[in-house]
Amino acid sequence: MALAVLVFMAAMSGAGRAEDAIEQPLTGARGDAARGRAIVTNRSVGLCLLCHSGPFPEERFQGNLAPDLKGAGSRSSEGQLRLRIVDPARINPATIMPAYHQIEGLTRVAPAYRGKPILTAEQIEDVVAFLTTLKD
Amino acid sequence: MPGPPALPLRRFVVTVIMAAIAASAVAAEIPRAERRSGYDLMGRETRAMQDDDTANPGMLFVLDGESLWKKKTGAVKGVAARYPAFDAREGRPIDLEQRINRCRVDRQQAPALAWESRDLLALTAYVARQSRGLPIDVTIDARTQPFLDAGRAAFHRRQGQINLSCSQCHDDLWGRKLAGSVIPQAHPTGYPIYRLEWQSLGSLQRRLRNCLIGTRAEAYEFGAPELVDLELYLMWRAQGMKLESPGVRP
Ligand code: HEC
Ligand code: HEC
Repeated sequence: MALAVLVFMAAMSGAGRAEDAIEQPLTGARGDAARGRAIVTNRSVGLCLLCHSGPFPEERFQGNLAPDLKGAGSRSSEGQLRLRIVDPARINPATIMPAYHQIEGLTRVAPAYRGKPILTAEQIEDVVAFLTTLKD
Repeated sequence: MPGPPALPLRRFVVTVIMAAIAASAVAAEIPRAERRSGYDLMGRETRAMQDDDTANPGMLFVLDGESLWKKKTGAVKGVAARYPAFDAREGRPIDLEQRINRCRVDRQQAPALAWESRDLLALTAYVARQSRGLPIDVTIDARTQPFLDAGRAAFHRRQGQINLSCSQCHDDLWGRKLAGSVIPQAHPTGYPIYRLEWQSLGSLQRRLRNCLIGTRAEAYEFGAPELVDLELYLMWRAQGMKLESPGVRP
């Protein structure tokens, strides 16, 4: 199945790499890795550790629904990481990972969160800056 | 040489791949033989607490419920296993809490009890305890089918800011860990449950609202028809599984 998706994605993106990455920072400037780490490890802000584990020895409860974030910065380029956070469905249409910058096309969002993305553009840049430091 | 067939073939391949993607997005229901109560996925200590009536905090509510229960007719055995059930006056299924409140208002001229009030939880726990060990047996017929279908659709609908369906967690990812919590299959076998995190007994509706809040979706009000439809779907999905109320959950 995963292979079929890859084949399909490859077939669709005949143009090549530009399709699987967002090269430019959403805010026009690169983020702050230390702030990014704080967002990633905060279960009610980044939410990442609900699903992922990662190189965070101080965090007791980490999920196992998704790959370990260790080495994420080696596996993907900065632009690919940005796309992964902004719109993961473009990489895997059936993904459970939420699109962190999406506000449209959602159903029954609670009033407190309506019209707001999970993370702001600035927070996403901080997260991306941090992820690029996660080399093996 | 074989030029012309190339296009139809490519279209065929794309169609097959699209179909495979669509199929993977729609989760399969859990096969009957693989159904597990949340009980089976808990740690040994929590299971021991549920099993031992003297250690199970839910039993205090059952005892309260017993003394609140005015007419000890004995007719309550098996009732909890059949709810939600169709109610002619409402023209739709009502759940066990609504049934109990209906009896109070109609037969005892007593005021309806508030959702999650200690007395309503106690009465529900008392009634549900009388069905412990009995298989879930909700009635699906022409009258209840549309509500079952609505509950099933809600279970499979992605919702909230996190954009997840109940099914993505409970059909596809059960047994795996969401942060520190093992994801159960979402069977309503133990309700009302004593939840250690709540330090209290709570209804199935409270549990469903918690999961909705977790996905940052608008949580239906207690008693909302949408919650009862979900309860009906969950009971149908667990048809034949044994009730174990009052359950204990982490
Ligand atoms: C609801 C679960 C969920 C949440 C929350 C989530 N992810 Fe993911 N993520 C996944 C899954 C599952 C994958 C595996 C690929 C796929 O299925 O799309 C993944 C893949 C990734 C990948 C690519 C895999 C790799 O390691 O090379 C990165 C990077 C990533 N996630 C980062 C994050 C970050 C950072 C956050 C928080 C801001 C986050 N994820 C939140 C489920 C989640
Ligand atoms: C992000 C994953 C996730 C989603 C989405 C989700 N749940 Fe849950 N659900 C959980 C987890 C985790 C638990 C167990 C909580 C615990 O033990 O702390 C749970 C518990 C439950 C239980 C209790 C089962 C038992 O054994 O007592 C029910 C019922 C349930 N969920 C129904 C639903 C319904 C209905 C929806 C959709 C409206 C839903 N859940 C959405 C993760 C999820």
